[in-house]
Amino acid sequence: MKHTISLFITLAAFWLLNSGHYSVLILSLGLASIALIIYIANKMDVVDQESQPLYLSRKIFGYYFWLIIEIIKANTTVVKHIWLGKKTISPTLKKIKVTQQTDMGKVIYANSITLTPGTVAIDINEDEILVHALIAEDLDSLEFGEMDRRVTSLEN
Amino acid sequence: MELLITIVSGLFLLVGSFLCLSGGVGIIRFPDFYTRMHAVGVTDTLGSVMILTGLMMQSSDLLVIAKLIMVLLLILLVGPTTSHVLAKAAFHNGLQPKGLSTENKHNNKESSSSNT
Repeated sequence: MKHTISLFITLAAFWLLNSGHYSVLILSLGLASIALIIYIANKMDVVDQESQPLYLSRKIFGYYFWLIIEIIKANTTVVKHIWLGKKTISPTLKKIKVTQQTDMGKVIYANSITLTPGTVAIDINEDEILVHALIAEDLDSLEFGEMDRRVTSLEN
Repeated sequence: MELLITIVSGLFLLVGSFLCLSGGVGIIRFPDFYTRMHAVGVTDTLGSVMILTGLMMQSSDLLVIAKLIMVLLLILLVGPTTSHVLAKAAFHNGLQPKGLSTENKHNNKESSSSNT
């Protein structure tokens, strides 16, 4: 039930912010389309923990704040190496261990790795992510496990 | 106040444009597919964040700001997904990264053949 309510709030906010017209006709059309979508989503059985990860919402903002700072740091490094030229880079391919148990945790971790410039997650197995990095030091800091630890603490 | 906002937003736009330009230069300068993808990552993340933040400051309309935030969230979700799919497709079709600096070269070959 709480997942349906969360879906309703998300869709309503999306409609209101995108339309910007608040006449009765437009609002009732919006309500009708939201009701239709909730009906279809329930029928497809996709309104659950996976599509509405409510349990993340307490800690996710702190994590995003930390991630933005990491992204800014990584961007400065990559831009520096772009202008210094290709002799200064050291491309590396390596497998990184993951400690997340749930699929959601692994997706957040792999997505964070790819979102940070300089490292791209290429492949993911049960407990390993294959990462390509522009500079070898970036991989060392990943192996050190700061990001891994933070994502794991998001899970529960 | 008005002047200050204009100056700060102009600075954001300028830095964003420089980052996007750097991404483009990186695509030309870097040696192979995977390293070029890292250069695109700069345009993808901080470049677009800076430009969209600069644009948000220019507007006083809340609806416009909300729409720009939605664009930002979409870019931050779609960007890594497409880069990952590109990299995975390239890797599974046997494209080996150039100029690897570590010793585990043959390990990667094994894993790529076992995955395909």
